[in-house]
Amino acid sequence: MSDNYLIKTQELSKQYMGGKIVALNKVSAQIKKGEVVVVIGPSGSGKSTFLRSLNLLEKPDKGSIIFDGKEITAPKTDINLMRRKMGMVFQQFNLFPHKTVLQNMTLAPIKLLKLSKEEAEEKALNLLERVGLKDRAGAYPSQLSGGQKQRVAIVRALAMNPDVMLFDEPTSALDPEMVGEVLDVMKQLAGEGMTMVVVTHEMGFAKEVADRVIFMCDGAIEEEGLPEDIFTNPKSPRTKQFLQSIL
Amino acid sequence: MDWFNKWLDTLYNTFIVSNRYMTLVEGLIKTIEITLGALLIGVVIGTFVAIVKVFCENNKKFKIFDVLCNIYLTVIRGTPVVVQLLIMFFIVFVSAEDGTWVATLTFGINSGAYVAETIRSGILAIDKGQMEAGRSLGFSQAKTMWFIILPQAFKNILPAIGNEMIALLKETSVAGYVAVIDLTKAGNQIKNTTYDQINPILLVAIIYLAMVLFMTKLLNILERRLRKSER
Repeated sequence: MSDNYLIKTQELSKQYMGGKIVALNKVSAQIKKGEVVVVIGPSGSGKSTFLRSLNLLEKPDKGSIIFDGKEITAPKTDINLMRRKMGMVFQQFNLFPHKTVLQNMTLAPIKLLKLSKEEAEEKALNLLERVGLKDRAGAYPSQLSGGQKQRVAIVRALAMNPDVMLFDEPTSALDPEMVGEVLDVMKQLAGEGMTMVVVTHEMGFAKEVADRVIFMCDGAIEEEGLPEDIFTNPKSPRTKQFLQSIL
Repeated sequence: MDWFNKWLDTLYNTFIVSNRYMTLVEGLIKTIEITLGALLIGVVIGTFVAIVKVFCENNKKFKIFDVLCNIYLTVIRGTPVVVQLLIMFFIVFVSAEDGTWVATLTFGINSGAYVAETIRSGILAIDKGQMEAGRSLGFSQAKTMWFIILPQAFKNILPAIGNEMIALLKETSVAGYVAVIDLTKAGNQIKNTTYDQINPILLVAIIYLAMVLFMTKLLNILERRLRKSER
């Protein structure tokens, strides 16, 4: 490959309500293999829409997305096949409430990757051990705390061996004392070289872990760069204003 | 205790003489047959129609399927089941000799309409994050529906489906209109042969009640088992 980008978007645009709301306005971005990119911005800036369009949970009106050398926005792409390689973690966890932690994690590997039940369970238990939840394998989601739910959601996505992990405000629905345990898992993952795109309001995480920070505003990328540059020396007045309002 | 002995005599004459109770047993079996068959047809049709409606409602390309489902729901829910039964037996399947399968089919098609709306409401009540989570793992829309949405929907609507089952069981009592000797018709026949106006009908009522109680019990057990994940 001529470049080492894992994901490349070109002029993604998306409008709602017949053009009254512009969610994305010609967003072009690249994410390298192994890179941790944190997307920040005020609410309504399009950062979640951008993230969700990367695995086509939101369909962009215009523009293209290239993932792993293939244009996934092309009409004939098998998006289900592509999504297996793109793990996603949601703000509201979205665990399957009728299944145990272990069943949550083995459903997709068994049905889609055709692993045997034993293989899938062994792998799931290994992952659970890494996030300190092996003893909760038989529990139902309703029996877990918010932080535990989100850690399970992360390892559920990891069980599919994704090439990239997309995080959509993973700590926003958590009680403050549980934010740390989820961020720790994400830091560990970043340390292992996982490619990550993270939409978050946790500026501490962005400063510490991000290789690059993207600041979005009104559906467009206003500024991007190294975290130290963005946080200490923002160029755009809107970035400055946003950082002042939250720090 | 004179009246009691007299009553026992009447019961003996009504049900035991010339094995008349066997008519009731055969009628009971017929009622159960029709109910179970119709239930199966109803759940299959209901699930199918519910899924079609959920998928096609906001999809211009498949609008026609939504319209077809709506016509089905309107016609079935807008006409009495007895009339539907008469139409099926005397107009659609004129050559049918045995009314049993016609009745089963009719009650199934009828029940399907009610089951469809129940299942659809169950599907719509599931948080849309569940669909997104399934899709993000790589499941297709249909597979997410099957493995993730429907099991949860069924659990939530089980009491309503139970209601429909009970209603269906009792509705089959009009099967006599198309020459089926079900439980009700059997009781009626015994009444006509013995001139006992009271006991056959009361016994039929008691048998229906017992069946409904049994079904309720069964549903409660099933519900408790399915609610395990909410403890």
